[in-house]
Amino acid sequence: MADPMRIRAQVAGDKATVRVLMAHEMESGQRKDAAGKTIPAWHIQDVTAQHNGKTVMTAQWGPAVSKNPFLQFNVKGAKAGDKITVSWVDNKGDKRTDEATVS
Amino acid sequence: MPSRREMLSRSAQVATLLAAVGLFPQLAHAQAAPGFNAEAFAAKNMAEVMKALGGSAPVESKDISVTGPDIAENGAVVPIGASTTLPGVKRLLILVEKNPSVLAAMFNVTDAIDANISTRVKMGQSSNVFAMAMMNDGKVLFAQKEVKVTLGGCGG
Repeated sequence: MADPMRIRAQVAGDKATVRVLMAHEMESGQRKDAAGKTIPAWHIQDVTAQHNGKTVMTAQWGPAVSKNPFLQFNVKGAKAGDKITVSWVDNKGDKRTDEATVS
Repeated sequence: MPSRREMLSRSAQVATLLAAVGLFPQLAHAQAAPGFNAEAFAAKNMAEVMKALGGSAPVESKDISVTGPDIAENGAVVPIGASTTLPGVKRLLILVEKNPSVLAAMFNVTDAIDANISTRVKMGQSSNVFAMAMMNDGKVLFAQKEVKVTLGGCGG
């Protein structure tokens, strides 16, 4: 199991700004190891964000997203106490889901 | 009419050929998560990305904005944002022109969030960065910005 994500969701006016920091290697598939062999790509492929159980955004990522990816988006109409859930799946089938409360 | 024996040997040849050029897609993409558009993420230029996603030819638009640094010291971590004020956005894409695969990230936007997303991408070298919006009515709009990279993030 991968390390937990850090999710912060804060109300700003009539919406909430959600910032997510995921812990993932995001290996690009371009680098070579000391023996000259290409290190295979290992990256998050699918990201899903839910607001109180309703999917508000999905994303597909390639290996060009940085290591320990950062993601920011605004959820309309989110209030303090609402739940924001973010989950990801990588290309090895590993997955992680974390939840945060809007403050 | 070819005999059964000839047919069998021919189809075996074709299968070998296909395997040799890697045209057995289910084998090549066996690890992809369901719904992952591996073709779009393997594309080498904007036209190929649009072909893989079924979009029309992209048009530059002032209503789309791409945010990012003018000069990125570290190409491994370049903060890039894509946003638009237009309604009816279906997808936001972030593309880096000179990366080995141009498409970095694709966001399926719903009405419940603003079409305003920021993330961080890797850049191999100085290049144009594109924010692209695929609209519900089929239009594809984009904005571009040049980002200079002093240290690449894709090589060893």
